Amino acid sequence: MRIPLVISTLVARSVGATSRLSGRGGGTTLPGRVLNTLNPGAGARLAKKLAQGSAVISATNGKTTSAAMAAAILSPRFRLAGNPAGANLSSGVATALLHTRGADLGLFEVDEAALPRVAAALRPRALCLGNLFRDQLDRYGELEMLAERWRGVVAGLAAESTLIVNEDDPQLAQLARGREGVIRFGIEDARHGGPLPHAADARYCSNCGVAYDYRLAYVGHLGEYSCPGCGFERLKPDIWADEIALEGLIGSSFRLHLPEETLKVKLGLPGLYNVYNALAAAALGHALGASASEIASGLESTEAAFGRSERIEIGEKRLLLLLIKNPTGANEVVRTIVADGTPQTLVLALNDGIADGQDVSWIWDVDFEPLLSGLERLIASGGRAAELALRFKYAGFPESRIELVLSPAEALDRGLELTEAGGELVVCPTYTAMLELQKVLAERGHADLYWQRAARARKESGPPRHQR
Amino acid sequence: MTRIRLCHLYPDQLNIYADRGNIAVFRSRAERRGYELEVVGIGVGEALAPECDLIYLGGGQDREQALIAPDLARRGGEISRALEDGAALLAVCGGYQLLGRGYRDRFDFEMLGAGVLPLETVAGEGRLIGDVSIECELDPGEMLTVVGFENHGGRTLLDPGAVPFGRVVHGFGNDGDSGFEGCRLGKAIGTYLHGPLLPRNPWLADWLLGQALARTLGEPPELEALDDELEYQAHAVALHRARERGGKLR
Ligand SMILES: [Zn+2]
Repeated sequence: MRIPLVISTLVARSVGATSRLSGRGGGTTLPGRVLNTLNPGAGARLAKKLAQGSAVISATNGKTTSAAMAAAILSPRFRLAGNPAGANLSSGVATALLHTRGADLGLFEVDEAALPRVAAALRPRALCLGNLFRDQLDRYGELEMLAERWRGVVAGLAAESTLIVNEDDPQLAQLARGREGVIRFGIEDARHGGPLPHAADARYCSNCGVAYDYRLAYVGHLGEYSCPGCGFERLKPDIWADEIALEGLIGSSFRLHLPEETLKVKLGLPGLYNVYNALAAAALGHALGASASEIASGLESTEAAFGRSERIEIGEKRLLLLLIKNPTGANEVVRTIVADGTPQTLVLALNDGIADGQDVSWIWDVDFEPLLSGLERLIASGGRAAELALRFKYAGFPESRIELVLSPAEALDRGLELTEAGGELVVCPTYTAMLELQKVLAERGHADLYWQRAARARKESGPPRHQR
Repeated sequence: MTRIRLCHLYPDQLNIYADRGNIAVFRSRAERRGYELEVVGIGVGEALAPECDLIYLGGGQDREQALIAPDLARRGGEISRALEDGAALLAVCGGYQLLGRGYRDRFDFEMLGAGVLPLETVAGEGRLIGDVSIECELDPGEMLTVVGFENHGGRTLLDPGAVPFGRVVHGFGNDGDSGFEGCRLGKAIGTYLHGPLLPRNPWLADWLLGQALARTLGEPPELEALDDELEYQAHAVALHRARERGGKLR
């Protein structure tokens, strides 16, 4: 039996409302799951109602932040429909499509493994590929397989669609070679480059298997490479950043080069990785016709997306939440924390749910070592707290300075207790530990639940603003 | 001071799944007993260091494995001679597969292995991914539980008469079918368990260190007990996970 679109969407919408009312969850993916089940082609047909089509952002790291930045850039020009942070599987996209009334452009962040399915349904006019890092091998098998599936997505892209790639990621640069209608972005600031980190991905050419010559690496394997085997090399990007100044945990500024103009951008989000996120958003904005000033003001107005370096005032103390989820992302978080001077107390929370990755071995591929010299106390939390503690123990951190507090909420309290008035506590949770913390903070009146924010944003202004 | 020389094969290519965690555990547990651990990285085309006490091979992604496979395939004799000379060995994931006779993929393409361990691996439908617990008897009469995480597309088949590293209690093991996990050949152990393996199974690290020391000392020395409270906790959680969710095809 085929259920008509109008009925399926009604049922699916009401499921979302019921689920929010009963307090069981955000309803950020359930309606879409129901819709996909009732009417498998519905997503594609709902997408066709968007007069300006859809744009899609995917990456293993930073897609939520780049999507928030792109939304800020594009909102003066379009009425946007988008998925709330983190709801980036095909059910989340379908849920967003249920709320498209009045919107004319879809802007979606899409999970790297869900991309083939979502791209086939949405037929995006612009596809932005940010990076491919090893992430949750237990979920997706191996990186190579993911790159192959992305190759298929690129091959299936309509000829008139724009492909935006991070030219500093050789795997993505490869995907874009030979295609018309490509916008490449990258960083050109050797002062911020260094050697390839431990266990970096993509060290061998996907054409010929020879190890790349890396002149320098900025974040993980993102950098300036060339292949001595087949001659494949990084091209000069169309959109790039230079004169980058990093200001610790506060933010950064850089010069943004667009094809026609160059302008100065001040970013409220820390770290070189957020410069990449900004470049992805700028390139996508440019592809969709945003002006240079819209791009700059969009980037500058973007606050942290859900849990990606959120600052929360708690009495006389501040809490800084930095999500960690895979080696490259966590390395950048460590680098950013250390740039401001190592904190005395640090809370790390490691869960091993499906959304975190059930295989926790990745923590051994993170370079936590720069934290060790200044750190007085590590509070290891989450279901796999003991594994975290072992990671630090075998790195030479004294066991007597490690506390195991399994519940993230209690670990937060213990961390705050050890933080002096006026001070800042840094907490780095994995995804589901972050959700636990968000819930506790909301219950205590310190922060909104993210689906409440998303729902309010939808109600207030039509398009979700993606921002806090 | 007695020194343990560990030859780490292909550290640049086979290093995912936290192989450096395993090396860190070897080092720390040796040093705390007053033994020095010397790690020698052995790359493609480089010979094993002489007087080798312990050999380590980790796991890699497909492309990296393919890059080192031809070199490893030529090393069978060299590794076997080191084992005969008394070296102990630990190989995890890809390193384990490639110590067998080879890996046959779905198109019947065969990647030759070193032929040190009596086994071969064939590609299967779907990956075997999840938490694992196994029971092993490293010394006669002493049953040990070893826990870890597995993630492999290959199905490893032991030759008739070959000895597994352990018996699967929860999880898939070599092929999801035989109930065997890994392979044991004297002091050499190959296994799919990472996570990494040694931090949460410190008794296995100690057994391997003892076997490595036996090459120069004649027999494994009595290793003084260490405070393994955190290790036991990590082990208990991993065991619980294996019981809860190990061995389910996703
Ligand atoms: Zn090449």
